Amino acid sequence: MNTFLFGLYPYLAGSVFLIGSWLRYDHGQYTWKTGSSQMLSRRQMRLGSNLFHIGILTIFFGHLVGLLTPHWVYAPFMSANAKQIMAIIIGGVAGLMCLGGGLILLHRRLTNPRVKASSSGADNLILILLMVQVSLGLMTIIPAVGHLEGGSQPMLHLAEWAQSIVFFQGGAATHLEEIGLIYKLHILVGLTIVLIFPFTRLVHVWSAPIGYIYRRYQIVRHRA
Amino acid sequence: MSRFLDHLRHLTQTPEPFSGEHGEARHENRDWEQGYRDRWQYDKIVRSTHGVNCTGSCSWKIYVKNGLVTWETQQTDYPRTRPDLPNHEPRGCPRGASYSWYLYSANRLKYPLIRKELAALWQQARQQFDDPVEAWAWIVEDAQHTAAYKQVRGLGGFVRAQWDELNTLIAASNVYTAKQYGPDRIIGFSPIPAMSMVSYASGARYLSLIGGVCLSFYDWYCDLPPASPMTWGEQTDVPESADWYNSGYLIAWGSNVPQTRTPDAHFFTEVRYKGTKTVAITPDYAEVAKLSDEWLSAKQGTDAALAMAMGHVMLKRFHLEQQTPYFTDYVRRYTDMPMLVVLEQREDGRYVAGRQLRAHDMPGQMGQQNNPEWKTLGWDELTDQLVVPKGSIGFRWGQADQGQWNLEPQDAEGRSIQLQLSFADNHDTIASVGFPYFGGIEHEHFEHVAGDDVVYHNLPTKRLTLADGQEVLVATVFDLTCANYGIDRGFQGEHDDQGATSFDQIRPYTPAWQAQITGVSAAQCERIATEFADNAAKTQGRSMIIVGAGMNHWYHMDMSYRGLMNMLILCGCIGQSGGGWAHYVGQEKLRPQTGWLPLAFGLDWTRPPRQMNGTSFFYNHSSQWRYEKLQVSELLSPLADPKDFSGSLIDYNVRAERMGWLPSAPQLNTNPLHLKAQAQAAGAESTQAYVIDQLKQGQLQFAAEDPDHPQNFPRNMFIWRSNLLGSSGKGHDYLLKYLLGATHGIQGEDLDQSNGIKPEEVTWREGAEGKLDLLVTLDFRMSTTCLYSDIVLPTATWYEKDDLNTSDMHPFIHPLTAATDPAWESRSDWEIYKGIAKAFSDVCPGHLGQETDIVTLPLQHDSPAELGPSEVKDWKHGECEAIPGVTMPSLIAVERDYPATYERFTSLGPALEEKGNGGKGINWDTVSEVDLLGRLNHRKLSGAAEGRPCIETAVDAAETILSLAPETNGQVAVKAWQALSKVTGRAHDHLARPKEEEKIRFRDIVAQPRKIISSPTWSGLEDEHVSYNACYTNVHELIPWRTLSGRQQLYQDHPWMRAFGESLVAYRPPINTRAISSMKQPASNGNPTIALNWITPHQKWGIHSTYSDNLLMQTLSRGGPIVWLSEPDARSIGVEDNDWVELYNANGAVTARAVVSQRVKDGMVMMYHAQERLLNIPGSEVSGTRGGIHNSVTRICPKPTHMIGGYAQLAYSFNYYGTVGSNRDEFVVVRKMRRVDWLDDEGRDTEQEAVQ
Repeated sequence: MNTFLFGLYPYLAGSVFLIGSWLRYDHGQYTWKTGSSQMLSRRQMRLGSNLFHIGILTIFFGHLVGLLTPHWVYAPFMSANAKQIMAIIIGGVAGLMCLGGGLILLHRRLTNPRVKASSSGADNLILILLMVQVSLGLMTIIPAVGHLEGGSQPMLHLAEWAQSIVFFQGGAATHLEEIGLIYKLHILVGLTIVLIFPFTRLVHVWSAPIGYIYRRYQIVRHRA
Repeated sequence: MSRFLDHLRHLTQTPEPFSGEHGEARHENRDWEQGYRDRWQYDKIVRSTHGVNCTGSCSWKIYVKNGLVTWETQQTDYPRTRPDLPNHEPRGCPRGASYSWYLYSANRLKYPLIRKELAALWQQARQQFDDPVEAWAWIVEDAQHTAAYKQVRGLGGFVRAQWDELNTLIAASNVYTAKQYGPDRIIGFSPIPAMSMVSYASGARYLSLIGGVCLSFYDWYCDLPPASPMTWGEQTDVPESADWYNSGYLIAWGSNVPQTRTPDAHFFTEVRYKGTKTVAITPDYAEVAKLSDEWLSAKQGTDAALAMAMGHVMLKRFHLEQQTPYFTDYVRRYTDMPMLVVLEQREDGRYVAGRQLRAHDMPGQMGQQNNPEWKTLGWDELTDQLVVPKGSIGFRWGQADQGQWNLEPQDAEGRSIQLQLSFADNHDTIASVGFPYFGGIEHEHFEHVAGDDVVYHNLPTKRLTLADGQEVLVATVFDLTCANYGIDRGFQGEHDDQGATSFDQIRPYTPAWQAQITGVSAAQCERIATEFADNAAKTQGRSMIIVGAGMNHWYHMDMSYRGLMNMLILCGCIGQSGGGWAHYVGQEKLRPQTGWLPLAFGLDWTRPPRQMNGTSFFYNHSSQWRYEKLQVSELLSPLADPKDFSGSLIDYNVRAERMGWLPSAPQLNTNPLHLKAQAQAAGAESTQAYVIDQLKQGQLQFAAEDPDHPQNFPRNMFIWRSNLLGSSGKGHDYLLKYLLGATHGIQGEDLDQSNGIKPEEVTWREGAEGKLDLLVTLDFRMSTTCLYSDIVLPTATWYEKDDLNTSDMHPFIHPLTAATDPAWESRSDWEIYKGIAKAFSDVCPGHLGQETDIVTLPLQHDSPAELGPSEVKDWKHGECEAIPGVTMPSLIAVERDYPATYERFTSLGPALEEKGNGGKGINWDTVSEVDLLGRLNHRKLSGAAEGRPCIETAVDAAETILSLAPETNGQVAVKAWQALSKVTGRAHDHLARPKEEEKIRFRDIVAQPRKIISSPTWSGLEDEHVSYNACYTNVHELIPWRTLSGRQQLYQDHPWMRAFGESLVAYRPPINTRAISSMKQPASNGNPTIALNWITPHQKWGIHSTYSDNLLMQTLSRGGPIVWLSEPDARSIGVEDNDWVELYNANGAVTARAVVSQRVKDGMVMMYHAQERLLNIPGSEVSGTRGGIHNSVTRICPKPTHMIGGYAQLAYSFNYYGTVGSNRDEFVVVRKMRRVDWLDDEGRDTEQEAVQ
C-alpha cells in the first residue's frame, strides 16, 4: 500500500498531469484560462487574490527548491537545521498568507451570488483542496519544530523521496516509511492536486506570461 | 498537428526581427482566430423588421445559425434617392438590435396558457356537457364560477394547455356570446395595422366575419390630432423624414427627434449643413434641444399661447403691415379665409361669429340645386359680388356637380374669380364682434393673464339680405382671424377695439402676453416667428414644424395644434416640399390601405364591419365616467348659453351615438341577431322600421345608455399586437376593476359616493365589475396584458412570420419574413385566428346558422352621409324625426353565414367584384385584380366558398393586399386616379401612368424594399421629383381638401364648435381633473409631498413597452421603473437620486425610483411611458397593492367637440375622428417612500430613511 501510494501514485498523478495538460492545451484552447471572476465582482478580490497568489507562489518555489535540491549542494554553507528553520519561517508566513487569502476567496466564491452562480464544481473543489493542503502543510510545522535537533530529519527523507521520484531512482516509497501521518496526508493531497490539475483552472499556471517581460514587439501576421 | 509541439518548435526558431531589432515577426499558430470567425458565421440572412409601432420601420438582416436566430443588423439596401438628397440607410437603433434577445428568453411565450381556475372549470364542464357551447354556458351563467377566475386575474397561476382545447373554448365562448347577447359583445383590440398588416387583418377579419367589434386605437392612444380632420378633413398626413432635408427652417416642437425618430434623425442633422436653422421647443432639455440652434423652453401645456403669439406676429408683419404676395395668394386659394361668416347680433347690439354663409341662405340658392346648404360663399374682387366658389363639399356629392369639385379659381358656372380676403377697403359697416378669451382662467399650477372672458374687436363687414328677408352682416374668415389673434387694425366703430397695436402690449396673443404664460421671452418668440415666416416667404413655403405626440396629449390639444397649423398655413407651407406639418406619433401610415381594408374587415364578404371608437368604449365600459369631475360648463365658451348644454360628458357621448355622430358598441341593449325575428313577430314592415319604432318608444335603447346592465357588457375580448394593460390603457385601474374585476388601486370616490351630479342620459346602477367573461391575448412575450388574461396564446415573433410593414417616415413597403419557424408551440397570428375560425365553424351548428345581424353605422366621413343635419337635434327628445343615416345611425341588415366562417376567412369573397373597391370617397372596379388573385393563390375547390381565390397563408394574404392596393399595383393606381378625376373634373392619372405596369409582389419586397406608387388615397406624391409631403396634391393638383369649404378650414362653424369656443383657435389652459382634490389624502408616511404635472413621454430604452423588459435595455436603463424629477422639486421633498418614490392621485398609485436631473423643468415629473409592470415594482404604501403603470394615475376625459359627426370634415370614420384619450392635464402627489415592500416573502423589504 505504501509503495502504491508513494511509489506508484506519484507517477500516475504525474502522467495524468503532463499528458492531461498537453491534451487540454491541444484540444481545449478555450478552456485554457484562469476563469477569473473579477469581472463579476471585485469585492474581496484585491486582498484575497493577492494574498493567496503571493503565498502560493512562495510555497511552490519553496517546495521546488527545498525538495529537489540535493543535500550536498547546500551542505557546505547551510546545515539541515538552518534549512529547516528557514523553511518553517518562510513556509509558515507564506502558508498563512495563502490560507488567509484562500479563505477570503472561498468565502467570496460560496456566498457572492454572481460568483457562485458562475462557479463550476471543479472551481469549488480545487479551492477547497488547496485550503486543505495548505492547512496540512502548516500543520507539519508542529512536528517539524519538535525535532529540530533530531538526527533523521523527516525533511531529508522527504527530499530524498522527492528526488528519487523525479530522477526515477526507484524505491522511493521506502524513504517515507518512518515519516509521520501528517506528512503522508500532505503528500497524498498534494499528489491528488497534481492529478486533477489538468481538469481545473489550475492549468493557467502553465501559461504564466513570463515571456512578456523580455519579448520584443511582435507581429504574428504575414503576407502570404 | 499539436499546438503544444508547434509551440515548442517556435521556441527553437529565431524570430525574424524588424525595425532594427525593435520587434520580431513570429510564426505562431493562428488557428485560434477561427473561433472568432465561427462566432460571427451564420447559415443565412433573412429580411424582417420590428412590428412595434415606432415609425422607424427599418428593414433588418436577421442572421440564422443552426436553425436559431442569432442576431440582427441593419439592412442598407433601400432604393436610391435623388442626387441632391442623402440616402435613407442605414436605419435602425439599439432597441431594434436587441430584439433577438426575446426569441429564446425566459420571457418568451412558448405554449398556450390558461388560467388554472378556468381550466378546472372547463374540465368539469366538458365532463358534463358534450357540447362546448353548453359547457361554456355552464361556466358563465353561474356567478360563483366566474368569480373564481375573474378575481384572480393578474395574480399568476397559468397552466399549459393544448391548442385544440383552447381554440374550442374560445370558439364556444364566442358562439355563446353571439347567441346569448349578440356578436357586438365580442370585442377586439389591436392597434397600428401598418406595423404588421396581415397580423392585424387576421383577428379583424375573424371578428368582422362573425359581427364582432374592432376598437380604434389612434384616437385612444391620443395620437390622433383632431385638429387635422378639423382643418384638412384628413386623418393625418405628414411628410416623410427625407423631406426634412428640403426644408429651410425646421422647428421641432415637442418632438424629441433623436430619441423617438432615431433612424430618421440623420436628415435633421444633415440639413443643417445646407444652412437650415433648427429650433427646439420643449419644456425639458430634451435630446433634440442639444441638436438645435435654439431652444425655447415653453411651460408644458401652454404651447397654444406661444403658437398664437407667433401667428400674431406673422399676420401682422406678413399679411397686414406688408403683404407678402406668395402668402396672400396661398391663403386666398387654399384656405377658407376668403369665405364669409354670418355675424349673429346679441342683445347688447354687439356680434358674435356664426355659421359660414351657404348658397341656400341666399335668394334663389345662388342658382345651386345640388346641396346648396353645403356650398360656402365668397366675395369676388373681379366682379365685386357674391359668388359660389368651386370646391366646397356640396360639389363633392351628387350627380349634378360631377367634375366640379376642384380648387380652380372659378365659380360654380366656371367663371374666373378672385376671392376677396378682407373687407378692409370696401366694407359696408364696422361691427364690434366678441371673441371668447380663456387665458384669464386661473389654475393652481399654470400662469394666467387676467382679462374679460370676452374680447371685442372691430371688424369690416358687408350687409346682405338673405333668402328669408333677414338682413345680416357678414365678415371674411381672414378678418375674423386677424381679430381673433388680437390685432387691432384701427377700424373705428361704436366701441373700442380691445386688440393690441404693438407686440409689447400685454393683451391676448401678443408676444408679451405669451411670455407671461409660457415663460418664453417676447423677443425670442417674435424673432423665431419672423425668421420662420421670412424663410417661408423667400422659399415659397419651405418652413416646417415637426411635432410629437406629447403636445397632442393635452385635453385642449386642438388649440395648440391649430395654432401650429395656422402658422404653417399663414406662411403657405402646407403642401410644399420641405414645408408643413410633420406630426409624428404612431406608425399610422398603412400605405396599401385600400388593398388591406377588404382583407382586414371582411369587406369581400359582408359590409359594413362593426367598428367602435376606443376612447368612448373604454370611457363608458370601464366606468371611467362614473368618476367624472369635469363639468361641461367649465368647457363652454362665455358666449354660449349654459342652459342649452346640460348633462355630463358621458351624456354628450351617448347623444352623439344616438344621433349617429359616433359609433357605438355594444350597440343596442338587445341581441341584434334577434331583431329580425322580433320584427316579423310584431308584423313590422321591415326590421329597420321595427327598430326605429322600438327606439322611439323606449323599448329599445343604445347599450351605452345603461352600461352596467348585464345585457350590455362587452363579454369577450381579444387583444393582439398590443399591450393594452401594460401600456395604452388610460385609467389602467378602472380597466382592472370594472372590465376585469381584478385587484386595483383606485383611490377616488364615484359620483354616488361623492354626491356628484349624475348623468342625465345614462342609468345609474351599482358599478358592474368583471364585465369580461373571457380575455384572450396573443403575444410572444409575457406582457402585463398577458398576466391579466384568461387565455394567453403564444404568437410568432417578428422573425418568425410573413407580413408587411410601412411607415410615415419613409416611402417604402417591406416585409417581415420567417427567418425560422415559430419556436416551441407558437404560431403566427394568421394561423391562430385561422384555427379559432375553424373551431368556431365547428362548434356553431345547432347554435348559430344563417343569421340576419342589424348593424348600426354612424354617419361616415367621405360618404354622402357626411352632409348630415346642420343643426343639433336629438330624436330621443322629440326634437326631430328618427331617420337612419341622417338623424341617427344607419340600420343595416347584414346576412351572416356562421358555419361558413372558416371558409370565408380563408378565401376572398364576391363583394369585391360586385361592389368594387375604394376608399376616401372614390370607388373603382377591381374584377381583374380578383381574377389575378384567383390565379396567383389558386381557388377553393369545394365548400361554402367554392371557386373563390384562396387566402390560406399569410403570404396569400399579403398578395391580396398588394394586388388590390393602388400603392402596390400600378394598374389599380391608374384606375384610382381616374375615379378621382370623375369627381374633380381634372386629369390626375399622369401621376401613376409611368408606373402602370409595376406590380409589387411579396417576393419583390423580400428582395428589396420598394417605393410605393402614388395614389389618391394619400395627399402626397412619391415620385422621381418630390419627397412625400402631405397635401401636396391639394396644392399642386387642385384636389380639394375634404372639408366644408374644400379648403384648409380655419373656421369651424358647427354649433358645438362655436358653443365650446373653438370655432377659431384660442389658448386654453389645461383643465382641472381634480384627481388630487377629489381624493381623501392617505395617511402621512412622515415625508413631505409635492403636486407635480404628470408627463409621460416616449421611452429612451424601449418602443412603448417592448424592449423595456429586455435585459439589454434594462442594463442601459436602471433595471426597473423610473421617474424624472427636477433638482429643486426633488430637494423640496427631500428626494435624492435613486430613492424609491411613490406618485398617486384618485386614479391609483405608481412606485418608481427617482432620477433627479437638471433636464427636467420644475413643476413636472416625467415617467417614460409604458415601463412594464413585470419587473422590480414594489407595493404602494397608498393603495396597498403593487404599484401600477404610468396610466395608473390617469383617467380619460372626453371632449364634446370631438363627438361631432355628420358635418363635412367633422364626421366619423374609424381612427379618423372621435374622442381622444388625453392624459397630460393630470397631477400627481409625489413623496419619498418609507417602506419598500416587495409583497413577497423573500425578505428583501427595506425601509428608506425618513426625510429630515
